[in-house]
Amino acid sequence: MHDGFALIALLVATLRAATPLLLAGFGELIAERSGVLNLGVEGMMLVGAAAGFIATASTGNPLLGLLVAAAAGALMAALFGFLTLTLRANQVACGLALTIFGVGLSALIGLPYQGTPITGLATVIWPDLDSAGPVVQQLMLLDPVVWLALALPFLVFAFLYRTRSGLVLRAVGESHDVAHALGYSVLRVRFAAVLFGGAMAGMGGSYLSLVYTPMWTENMVAGRGWIALALVVFSAWKPLWLALGAVLFGFVTIAQFHAEAFGLDVSSHLLSTLPYLATVVVLVLISRDAARLKLNAPAALGKPFSAAG
Amino acid sequence: MTARLALVGITKRYGAMLANNDVTLSVAPGEIHALLGENGAGKSTLMKIVYGVVKPDAGVIAWEGEPVVIADPNAARALGVGMVFQHFSLFETLTVAENIALGLGSTQPMAELAAEIRQVAAQYGLAVEAERHVHSLSVGERQRVEILRCLLQRPKLLILDEPTSVLTPQEADGLFVMLRRLAAEGCSVLYISHKLEEIRALCTAATVLRAGQVVARCDPRLETAESLAEMMMGGALTHTSRPPAQVGAPCLAVTALTLAADEPFGTTLRDISLELRAGEILGVAGVAGNGQKELLAALSGERRAAAGAVLLQGQPIGALGPAERRARGLAFIPEERLGRGAVAEFTLAENAMLTRLDARTAPHGLLDLGAVNALAARLVARFGVRCSGILAQGRSLSGGNMQKFIVGREIDAQPKVLLAAHPTWGVDIGAALAIRQALLDLAAAGAGVLVVSEDLDELLEIADRIAVLSGGRLSAPMPVGETSVEGIGLLMGGAAHAPAA
Repeated sequence: MHDGFALIALLVATLRAATPLLLAGFGELIAERSGVLNLGVEGMMLVGAAAGFIATASTGNPLLGLLVAAAAGALMAALFGFLTLTLRANQVACGLALTIFGVGLSALIGLPYQGTPITGLATVIWPDLDSAGPVVQQLMLLDPVVWLALALPFLVFAFLYRTRSGLVLRAVGESHDVAHALGYSVLRVRFAAVLFGGAMAGMGGSYLSLVYTPMWTENMVAGRGWIALALVVFSAWKPLWLALGAVLFGFVTIAQFHAEAFGLDVSSHLLSTLPYLATVVVLVLISRDAARLKLNAPAALGKPFSAAG
Repeated sequence: MTARLALVGITKRYGAMLANNDVTLSVAPGEIHALLGENGAGKSTLMKIVYGVVKPDAGVIAWEGEPVVIADPNAARALGVGMVFQHFSLFETLTVAENIALGLGSTQPMAELAAEIRQVAAQYGLAVEAERHVHSLSVGERQRVEILRCLLQRPKLLILDEPTSVLTPQEADGLFVMLRRLAAEGCSVLYISHKLEEIRALCTAATVLRAGQVVARCDPRLETAESLAEMMMGGALTHTSRPPAQVGAPCLAVTALTLAADEPFGTTLRDISLELRAGEILGVAGVAGNGQKELLAALSGERRAAAGAVLLQGQPIGALGPAERRARGLAFIPEERLGRGAVAEFTLAENAMLTRLDARTAPHGLLDLGAVNALAARLVARFGVRCSGILAQGRSLSGGNMQKFIVGREIDAQPKVLLAAHPTWGVDIGAALAIRQALLDLAAAGAGVLVVSEDLDELLEIADRIAVLSGGRLSAPMPVGETSVEGIGLLMGGAAHAPAA
């Protein structure tokens, strides 16, 4: 019985740790599949985390906080889209700048909220959380955002491979010139994809500040945006592999806490690198097949588009 | 009768270059109208204007008597214009069915579409597998996808840019039957081709462009191929001449080469043996996708086999890579000019270096830019490459001139064996003539030349012997004098492997 509970707790904790990565990763997957490389995920997540936290602290409603976070992430993405799509600036440079900007901006607006307590999402959705049994309590920790994150791989897969809009998105990411010649609006598709990516990153970031921790500390995303980016590439832009990578990251994150709890005599700093290391190593190993990568990599990724003539 | 399409005074300027200058053209319903001109004469620009990809600076387009503005390809398609692009407008990583769905802009379910694709494909004899990814298709198969995509739009005007360059003679005949039927059904066809015999057989009207201007209008059925060519070039036509060549010892030998396909839809090479002798041109005919890519990869070194399977002047080279084979005197002209033969963003001088880094151009690993520039300048002069100078970007040259440069670069290295893949594909008459002549001269100078081409006329013109690749098997080579277009065409269709009747 006790083992069963520990297993459920481990599973729930893993999924919760994976949720921010799933959200941000799938947002980025969509953006990259449309041919836009947005390296600003970390910055968009941080701004989302800060904005969502501020909204929740001000209104007491974490659901509203999630929405504000998504909007804030989309706003950051709109800035990125304006620079790279409208003005055709270099995507790599703008993405890096977006992250640096996001780190600074989130720290600035979050400063007055350091240490402010907020109502967690679970408490709002399940008011009688405290009186429930331990197993039910664990299951209640699987909030709607976790379920959304778990559904995302399937939703995105269905969108990309089973809908016409998904086909157009892949086509634009494959060759914007051909898509343009066939009469598709490359910039409109890419803008939509970038905004979606920003909204998901913002929401992913706010899951950390509203649910996972829940509090605001400077730079609390701690590289998860970069991991989300790496996941997208190493998963060869495939939704199901990306989901696998995100869950693996979540699992190693949790396992590492347990290892520390068992008194494993290794520096905690070293241990905390484990999730990053393990995820990257595993994904590199499974995506070694160059032909597969070629088949899936969006050929127009990172290339600016301008309509000729 | 009102013209289906009428262009009046179309002018388009790119910087200092006048791509189209006051072009007037009219296509009647059900007419197969040829648009003739050398590469760079402005045909592609004109067609892009009709298809709404490019906006004209001046001029009027009338569709069925009504002046129209074709703002984008959607507008063109809505009018009923279908276009088969010269540089294929396909998405490599998508499947055939997905590519067609994107071109149609309909919301039809994929399963239904796949059924319709099969039906139209069967109706017009355009065999393609709807589920295959385009990147695994050969050039010829890609063209079939392009044509199919247009046909599924039920066009009123179909524009075809060099559609037969990758078809067997029988397939080309099939295409003509299909086009004539389309025309009889009232669909107009604008047909761009360099194959003048084809235009004489198929088209009922022709407009000739030169340097962006209309220089002649004629009924091609009343002209000779020679007179049409002279209209295009604006001068007398020359022919390749075959210098006497001494056929010598075998310089490239392949023995029982079997190589499994390395990609999901590739062709497996089966038991290929061939012998190329010094001083001869061996032609390898065949429809795209029958193992040409794989054979060339195995010969050039991009794919490796058992060391003894490929012999260069008696030395086993089967296990060596491309650079090592090149160093031993085996030069290779790949199928794609920009991307494999040359780099679009590089200057001609830089492109010259790609395969010519040796003690002269890069002594001790340091580039001798003077020597590199001299090399590029020599290639430009010797092979008549039209360009703004050796610092011109690869992409700024027309296909024919880029190909002349690449062919020249390889020939100038004085190889013992030259492999040429589709050396004149999509190249204008003048450039094709120069390239063929260069290959003939190289063979006469004592090198062995292996030409893989889907253009049978070309092989019959320059090759000494012809073998046919079909389903990954190579037929025994036959001297050109003992072959016929029909016989080779049957082998291309795989007749050799059918049980003897």
